[in-house]
Amino acid sequence: MQHDYFPRYEPKSGFGKWMDARLPATRLMYDSFVAYPVPRNLNYWYTFGGILSLMLGVQILTGVVLAMHYVASADMAFESVEKIMRDVNYGWLLRYIHSNGASMFFLAAYIHIFRGLYYGSYKAPREVLWILGVIILLLMMATAFMGYVLPWGQMSFWGATVITNLFSAIPLVGNAITTWLWGGFTVGDPTLNRFFSLHYLLPFMIAGVVVLHIWALHMTGQTNPTGVEVKSKQDVVPFSPHATMKDGFAMALFLILFAYFVFYLPNYLGHSDNYIKANPLQTPNHIVPEWYLLPFYAILRSIPNKLLGVIAMFGSIGVLFFVPWLDTSRVRSAVYRPLYKQFFWILVIVAIGLGYLGSQPPEGGYVIAARILTVYYFLHFLVIVPLLGLFETPRQRPASIAEAVLPPGGGGQPAASAAAPETRG
Amino acid sequence: MTAAAGAGHGDAEGVTRRDFLLIATGAFAAVGAAATAWPFIDQMNPDAAALALASIEVDISGVEQGQSIIVNWRGKPVVIRYRTEKEMQESKQVPLDDLKDPLARNDNLAPDAPATDVNRTIPGKEEWMVMIQVCTHLGCIPLGQQGEFGGWFCPCHGSQYDTAGRIRFGPAPENMYIPPYSFTTDTVIRVG
Repeated sequence: MQHDYFPRYEPKSGFGKWMDARLPATRLMYDSFVAYPVPRNLNYWYTFGGILSLMLGVQILTGVVLAMHYVASADMAFESVEKIMRDVNYGWLLRYIHSNGASMFFLAAYIHIFRGLYYGSYKAPREVLWILGVIILLLMMATAFMGYVLPWGQMSFWGATVITNLFSAIPLVGNAITTWLWGGFTVGDPTLNRFFSLHYLLPFMIAGVVVLHIWALHMTGQTNPTGVEVKSKQDVVPFSPHATMKDGFAMALFLILFAYFVFYLPNYLGHSDNYIKANPLQTPNHIVPEWYLLPFYAILRSIPNKLLGVIAMFGSIGVLFFVPWLDTSRVRSAVYRPLYKQFFWILVIVAIGLGYLGSQPPEGGYVIAARILTVYYFLHFLVIVPLLGLFETPRQRPASIAEAVLPPGGGGQPAASAAAPETRG
Repeated sequence: MTAAAGAGHGDAEGVTRRDFLLIATGAFAAVGAAATAWPFIDQMNPDAAALALASIEVDISGVEQGQSIIVNWRGKPVVIRYRTEKEMQESKQVPLDDLKDPLARNDNLAPDAPATDVNRTIPGKEEWMVMIQVCTHLGCIPLGQQGEFGGWFCPCHGSQYDTAGRIRFGPAPENMYIPPYSFTTDTVIRVG
């Protein structure tokens, strides 16, 4: 750990010293979130990790209280959600925070992931950090999917039917696995109960992997927009107050957006069919998942073969695990990679395009467009990124972070000390 | 290796009794762990109540030619359709080579029966289609008498079935399933 730039925890009181010799929890927090050095040039794209931690907390808190009123039963689930909306004190608020919170959580996660792709945050020595992040994404998707089933509306039921049926594509054992997931011959009461149990469990597993993610982050330190590693104390500032203040300000802005949805557009991101109680004998005319799963849904539908479609859908996330090794470039940040930078933005547009196509009916031009974008998505990771590293001529990188962002000749003390009033340490 | 091992328990390769005990203990622990895990896995399978395979009897005396009814069997919709002459003719004219799934998928026949129109029903009652109306792609419920083939159209991902419920176009891999059924009288069908 690159950690001796700022003074570490020193217990002052007698009790503090007594405790520090027995359970150094305060030391861990102080050294991780106060004295911990972060690159001085982190921009606002780097605040989404903190925002994501906040969102996980919001979802667990609102989820725990919603579970006090929710009934996981095919007969009563829908009514219990309506009861939360109408009868429970502030139930409407808690549920809207929870349902919109899921969307905000994914919004922040996708920005966080694309930030990592842009600045090459996955490159050595941060491969494990990146992989842990992809695992968190998978857990988030599983959690969100099961949570969406709980209100037991039409979209809940048929979304659950379609997604669990994905497993029936597995040769030989597919149907047995699907029946095992259902606990019956269709999605039903046993399915709802186990999804509720797992929906309550998985966020705590996410929290566990988040701890590993942060641990791995603090082993290697943050990347930064230059992609140049921290080399001296000039390159860094202490986490508190710099990162805490910046993260806090970004959180406040993010919460304004969140609150706007909760109070003014609470159902904008949902589907109105989910206010119709689940009917096992009638499929809605147009099944769509929540917006944050649409790109993957578009990939699934673009392939006219059940098994290959399922493989492509899981492969679109699976390929992320290998990005640290698929990227052959020696240069980390897209700031100094003129070609990669352009392909990065094409990927962003392709991902958004896939999301749009996933929301459209599976016919005609939409299918053809989805096929083209699906092929491009995989080409980006499997062909373009490996080749770019070999053929691209990167721009000149700065020798250090300080050289990139501080005026020349600043000497030992940063010139921009007004922006860093606490550098007395 | 110790002198004792070499003298008392070892062979030429230096494998000792301790090695054997370690592997045996490890194997025993692994089997024990798997046996302990099984109840935690198997509890998720359908329980006794769900397995108690209910059969239903359906009165079809009110169904005119060209009409369908949908009944609920084991939580799934089963369509009972009194097919028109035109539908049966169209279905019979389809060469077997045109079918995506060549098997009849009919629980009342052998598993390898070919998917001819006749094999999608039971003998002597060809005008009655009794079929689990669940798309074999991802489990949606197709809409009847729609799509290019005049059979069923799945709104979820665009699979199309013909008038005998055989997959003709789209991502679904198999023909829709025919459940076990029989005619108890001329106007009563027993499903299951």
